[in-house]
Amino acid sequence: MSTTTDVASASATRRAFDEFWHYFSESREAVAGMVFMIFIILVAILAPVIAPHSPIETNTDFLRKPPAWQDGGSMQFLLGTDAVGRDILSRLIHGSRYSLLVGCIVIFLSLTFGILLGVTAGYFRGFYETAVMRVMDVILSVPSLLMALVLVAILGPGLENAMIAIAVTYTPHFVRLSRAQVISEAKRDYVMASRIAGAGRFRLMAITILPNCMSPLIVQSTLSFSTAILDAAALGFLGMGAQPPTPEWGTMLAEAREFITSAWWMVTFPGLAILITVLAINLMGDGLRDALDPKMKRS
Amino acid sequence: MALLEIKNLTVEFSTAHGPFRAVDNIDLSVDAGELVAIVGESGSGKSVSMLALMGLLPWTAKVTADRMALDGKELTEMPQDQRRRIAGKDMAMIFQEPMTSLNPCFTVGFQINEIMKRHLSLTRQERDKRAVELMSLVGIPSPESRLRAFPHQLSGGMSQRVMIAMMIACNPRLLIADEPTTALDVTIQAQILELLASLQQDTGMALVLITHDMGVVAEVAQRVIVQYAGQQVESRNVIDLFDTPKHPYTQALLAALPERATTQHLPSIPGVVPGQLDRPDGCLFNPRCQYAIQACRHTPPGIQNGVRCHTPLNAQGHPTDPMGLRQKEGVS
Amino acid sequence: MSTPPVLQARDLHRHYDVGGGAFTKPTPLRALAGASFDLYPGKTLAVVGESGCGKSTMARLVTMMEPPTSGTLEIDGLDAVHGKKSRNVARQLRQTVQMVFQDPYGSLNPRQRVGAMLEEPLKINRPTLSAKEREEAGRSMMQRVGLRSEHYDRYPHMFSGGQRQRIAIARALMLNPKIVVLDEPVSALDVSIQAQVLNLLNDLQEEFQLAYLFISHDLSVVKHVADDVMVMYLGHPVEFGPSKEAFANPQHPYTRALLSATPMADPRRTRQRIKLTGEIPSPLNPPSGCTFHPRCPLANERCKREAPKTLTRDPVTVACHAVEEGRNEVVSSPRA
Repeated sequence: MSTTTDVASASATRRAFDEFWHYFSESREAVAGMVFMIFIILVAILAPVIAPHSPIETNTDFLRKPPAWQDGGSMQFLLGTDAVGRDILSRLIHGSRYSLLVGCIVIFLSLTFGILLGVTAGYFRGFYETAVMRVMDVILSVPSLLMALVLVAILGPGLENAMIAIAVTYTPHFVRLSRAQVISEAKRDYVMASRIAGAGRFRLMAITILPNCMSPLIVQSTLSFSTAILDAAALGFLGMGAQPPTPEWGTMLAEAREFITSAWWMVTFPGLAILITVLAINLMGDGLRDALDPKMKRS
Repeated sequence: MALLEIKNLTVEFSTAHGPFRAVDNIDLSVDAGELVAIVGESGSGKSVSMLALMGLLPWTAKVTADRMALDGKELTEMPQDQRRRIAGKDMAMIFQEPMTSLNPCFTVGFQINEIMKRHLSLTRQERDKRAVELMSLVGIPSPESRLRAFPHQLSGGMSQRVMIAMMIACNPRLLIADEPTTALDVTIQAQILELLASLQQDTGMALVLITHDMGVVAEVAQRVIVQYAGQQVESRNVIDLFDTPKHPYTQALLAALPERATTQHLPSIPGVVPGQLDRPDGCLFNPRCQYAIQACRHTPPGIQNGVRCHTPLNAQGHPTDPMGLRQKEGVS
Repeated sequence: MSTPPVLQARDLHRHYDVGGGAFTKPTPLRALAGASFDLYPGKTLAVVGESGCGKSTMARLVTMMEPPTSGTLEIDGLDAVHGKKSRNVARQLRQTVQMVFQDPYGSLNPRQRVGAMLEEPLKINRPTLSAKEREEAGRSMMQRVGLRSEHYDRYPHMFSGGQRQRIAIARALMLNPKIVVLDEPVSALDVSIQAQVLNLLNDLQEEFQLAYLFISHDLSVVKHVADDVMVMYLGHPVEFGPSKEAFANPQHPYTRALLSATPMADPRRTRQRIKLTGEIPSPLNPPSGCTFHPRCPLANERCKREAPKTLTRDPVTVACHAVEEGRNEVVSSPRA
């Protein structure tokens, strides 16, 4: 009998997945975004294997080489070299690791704290809720990049501190979202049923209510993932994020700033990398929202 | 000629699991001044068929009909904007949830005015006067002040009265009421039903009442159509239907009502209404039918004398055998 | 009735403070104004009334989700108002009363498998049980309510409305409660499914000798299931007694109006409607005197001034001046 149960539940999961995929794949942009994201993730994982050169090794023989298809370029450096002779392609490939890392850690931090504060605020209400929400309002009232800059200035420049600073500026969004979700879910009958069965506060919050609040949080996470990469790049560009010679895309842009007129490839390719990655994540996030949001589902 | 004529209306939805036939070859004709009730459980396609008539279904729905005519005018061939003019004026529809059917941003008076502006050529003063008339016609006390109210300031019963006032503003020939009293309290439900019935009698419009409540049907309807899983299974006048149901589903549905129970144990219908993925072969009711024979399991029955059944029930509630199917299978 | 009641409620009141910001005083809302009743094992008490009558408040008080503002509540010999401070008493009380909700779509957690849902009450209240014992109990309860135990690992959205209500009933019975509060348990279901669920509830009541508090607005269902019936209007019980007598010979004008307003599946019935005019008043601003007087066909000056006391008219109790003064006999009973 247990085998039939397994088969039944396996096919159930399968059907749920099929349905998810049906709605997700209805948008071609979302699928394209996902394909590109898988590509980036593979590149990041395999960076040391596929990168033709070391990302930090300088080579004074090949300063500011243009891309391969331009006069003076060579197949050795497909996208050219930078001011100190580092291969731009290799730096971009390694840079993808930093960008994904920034996204993941920022989302992890802000999601964790956001859920912790938001769920408790939405569940307990009263003075505690007011206090938490006002603090969040204060954070939100300062432009996020400025806030991050101030925090990095206090903590000291560096990739780790940049990530912490960005996570702090993102937390209020998650707090608000999870609080609103918890407030609306807590009124539902199934929560009352759990209470009547004797469930305690922790059980109600973490096991009963939270899983039902996850869909919008997941969507918000994917969208914040891309802005986190952008903000990290911005901090890097302002010299407050990853420090040279780290091949972070924003930092690469900053280093290339003075050659903007003489060596176009040094700014263009890191910029394009940021642009395409962020675009792909956003497209995927939109598709995810359409597939996960039950209100968007058509009969 | 009948006021409303529908022949072979079918509605299919495309879903993640393939097409789903919500309404299956439905015929309906309603005369002017007639009160017809369509009764059925959830999933019987009773609302969808009327929404299709009004042209209110989403784009995922595929509507086909041999004929769908109001007052002799064929609706399916009409251009969209012309059809929309008819849908608000000559036929109107009220819904189950009065609280969400009114726009919360505008006053009641503005919303009634709006619909008259769209469909009638009246001056502003005439419209205002008519709005007051309508409000008192549907039994709203102090209509002038209520016209300035926002929907959230009204109770459920009042909102439903306002909805009715809006919908009869243009003197429709046909009014479709989709579960108009389901969300209301019992004493308010009685008031609204009475209002609808008296309006129908005074104005001579035709009224199609969609409901799941057999009690409501018995109270107001003249003719009843019973739907099951998107098909019409029985169509009779109300007294005959309640006295001697001919379709086994109608019989079982009536027997399952607590007020008709003779024992503590109610005679229930086993199983559930078939959904998209478990539609049976043959007669759609056969898995739940106590009289089903082999023929019911593979041959879908047609409609004869208003009943979709191979072996319609006689006055004693026993299956008859007009086609000799039971005899052939040796069922007594 | 020789068996002692499993629940005794005396003069239960529940007030809420509604609204009220920093500068405005909150308005008191009397959701329940004095209800007394007993529940007996194997018997059903039905509470009938329209919106705002205090049915749901009563459910919250009996399930001990909220304390009454005043009055006493004794469940299974324990004081349910003050006894909750002791952990052991609280645990015992919790297991005695369970609840089934109206909407089977909202009352089951969409992200929880049926099995986990059934085991949850045991996990919380019977920590000594092993995982295997819990699962056995869950599977057998699932079979008891007429579901296939192969579906133990499914999610609620894969079940129909009637099946979901069976799951909700199974969950309520996992702790072997003595009292089950049924809050409109069949009003969201189709007629054919409604009969199945009513039959199931009836069988379970006989098998486990459950006391039901059956909350409903549908008089035809109540007539079928109830042993006793309490008719409520704006937080006040207006008529209370054995359901047979209360329905056959209703005393209070509101009970009569409710009965005559309920649609009957009988097209030949000649209707002698007692027309109730007007709306149900807001409980925030109830009428003076008898709260029913603005809609009552029998109201006089006294009804506007003075709230009626509860009278005993064996076998029922009624709160109505017209009954006291014998004025209610002029209007013949609608079903006589």
